Amino acid sequence: MSGKELTAFRAEVADWMKSNLSGRFAPLLDRGHAGDGGALPDLRKDWERELATGGWTCPGWPSEHGGRGLSIAEQVAFQEEYSRAGGPGRLGHIGEGLLGPTLIAFGTEEQKQRFLPPIREGREFWCQGYSEPDAGSDLANIKTRARRDPETGDWLVTGQKVWTSLAHLSDWIFVVARCEEGSVGPYGLIFLLMPLDQDGIEIHPIRQIGGGSEFNSVFFDNARASADCVVGQPGEGWKIAMALLSFERGISTLGQQMGFARELDLIATLARENGAAANPMIRDRLARAWVGLRAMRYMALRMLAQNADPQAKLESLGYKYQWSHWHRDLGKLGMDVLGFAGVAASDDPRAEKLRQLFFFTRADTVYGGTSEIQLNIIAERGLGMPKEPRGEAG
Amino acid sequence: MDLSLSEDQLFMRDEAKRFLAERATSEAVRASIAARGHDPALWKALSSELGWCGIAIPENAGGLGLGAFEMVLLLEETGRRLAPVPFWATVSLCTPMINSVAADESRLALLSRVASDGVAATVALPRPAALDPFETIEFTACPDGDGWKLSGFCPAVFNLMAADLVLVPAKLKDKPGLGLFAIEPAAIAATTAPLDAIDSTMPIASLRLSDVTVSGASRIDAGDLQASSFVAPIQWARLGLAAEQIGAASGCLELTLNYLAERIQFGRSIASFQAVKHRCAELLIRTGEARSLLYGAAASLDADDNEAAREIDGASVLAAEALWRAAEEAIQLHGGVGNTWEYDPHLYLRRAQATADLFGSTEEKLARIADSLREVAA
Repeated sequence: MSGKELTAFRAEVADWMKSNLSGRFAPLLDRGHAGDGGALPDLRKDWERELATGGWTCPGWPSEHGGRGLSIAEQVAFQEEYSRAGGPGRLGHIGEGLLGPTLIAFGTEEQKQRFLPPIREGREFWCQGYSEPDAGSDLANIKTRARRDPETGDWLVTGQKVWTSLAHLSDWIFVVARCEEGSVGPYGLIFLLMPLDQDGIEIHPIRQIGGGSEFNSVFFDNARASADCVVGQPGEGWKIAMALLSFERGISTLGQQMGFARELDLIATLARENGAAANPMIRDRLARAWVGLRAMRYMALRMLAQNADPQAKLESLGYKYQWSHWHRDLGKLGMDVLGFAGVAASDDPRAEKLRQLFFFTRADTVYGGTSEIQLNIIAERGLGMPKEPRGEAG
Repeated sequence: MDLSLSEDQLFMRDEAKRFLAERATSEAVRASIAARGHDPALWKALSSELGWCGIAIPENAGGLGLGAFEMVLLLEETGRRLAPVPFWATVSLCTPMINSVAADESRLALLSRVASDGVAATVALPRPAALDPFETIEFTACPDGDGWKLSGFCPAVFNLMAADLVLVPAKLKDKPGLGLFAIEPAAIAATTAPLDAIDSTMPIASLRLSDVTVSGASRIDAGDLQASSFVAPIQWARLGLAAEQIGAASGCLELTLNYLAERIQFGRSIASFQAVKHRCAELLIRTGEARSLLYGAAASLDADDNEAAREIDGASVLAAEALWRAAEEAIQLHGGVGNTWEYDPHLYLRRAQATADLFGSTEEKLARIADSLREVAA
């Protein structure tokens, strides 16, 4: 696609967003992002169906699976225009960006036919069952067990998952569980697809430091995954689980950055309005935020580059650390711009947004691999430094 | 914008890296320190033989006709090795100035000398530490028959002692405006004084001109020259400086990693301690962040994008900080030997500090960026 065609494509997305993110959907503008993830769930599910009707769900999937087969450049352009228009946080993201591509790569024909259409049509929403109380940074230390029901061949799952984003708004969960008795670490795991609405599953919201509850604990007590809902072979769960994480990297990055840019604009605007921008230290921090965001943009473009520059590949290992620390600092800057006035609730929804940002960005450097784990990965895989000695597997 | 490196660009960078690893070794760099920070053999090889100085010079002047992006790739490599050659001064400082300010008849001649003849060139910047290095110009040019008499003082000119060509901006005495003069070193040899600077690999010298007579042809500008005429070409110098700093930061980290891998304490490699690993990882992140903005800024400059100026400000800030941190940590992570003359970390520390406040301090650059944010300034 030429630059001209890409520009036309951007305009098409922008037009669609402008005419559709209005009327009954107007309240969704800028809502439902991290820290606000549970906002207006019913309307946001309707929005997913609206997107589907416009053909904007799963645009990167191949056309034989109902996608548009968009190139990476087009997908990036879509994400950017969606965010630029203030599009709400996507409830369909886990299904569209993570599970769908995993099923397309590893699923059976039946699984693809059963699960892909409702993801694309915004009818079924997914959540991710990876972390456990004792399997956080040490993700392979999974204890949730899956045993085979000898009568039906189904899998019966017992254990607990934690930090499960938006489980309370989801229909299905994919679960990594231990299917081989006595196995440890990444061996002997299974990747299962399970309906959340069943007797053996209980969802308990976790109240976060900002007061909201986007995360949940999900308890399994002989919960059932039907025999045909195993992705890959039993024992291959780790491979599938890691492949899933690799699918979406990069594509949504520039869209995420567009959201960051909107947050920075908001903070800079408030700083001008309330006089905080007259403070040279605040100006310095605003400028640094701009510089950091610009650097992240070009890092993302280096990551998306077709021709693999080994230096870019090495440095991209630092991207999670880079954006999460940038964003956490932005959360603090927002509160410092509000000053003491930010301590109490106000009628200005912009101030409320910054308060939420402040609390939620504390989690950025923790979820999806803590900063400490990121630094280990960079040092060991990137710089070739010796591995940390491991303790006994628990 | 596409930030893929083409096969040609990757090849050029790898070849430059390989060449400098052989030629700009620690021994060679240290030997050059006694020779006023100049390695003539290395300079001859990379200028006359390899043609690096023509990287961004148009093909009709004997150059390669490439852009800021390719220039940056080469400067990263000279920076990585602290190569003691006037490469930055020639390609980033002087060449863009000739390119954008010189009159047609001088331009091609001067550019082809740089591209093909191994000419080392520099500019007597009036105020190298200022955000706008041309805001006050002390040199004056007085008409003198067919030629000019130049007077004035510049406290620090980069690579002056090795230069074959020095550009001197001067205020005209006979009418308002500026002139740019190309001076041969023979004319000024008596009045240059090398400075005992902390970074010998990027040497500086002062230049005093007292009624020095130069020919009429040595004035190379096209007329109507203003201080603002230098704003565009100086962006190349700022970008190039950041490229050398980022290359140096990577070279310094490499040096540190090599040392850490060899050193054993408590019966294990000290590279295996998390306290050490995490700091090296942080250095990689900082350097990568700076390099990303550097590449973006270079691409913006090549595309005439109006974001280029403040992106270069940003890249300068990140590059100076990345190099400083890499050098400071290199000494700490080398421990006792990091404080000895014999080990190389101090060479990087010297470069880091010597370049930290060029073209404006970090605070000034950030203040200028803040002023440019429309949400803040509106």
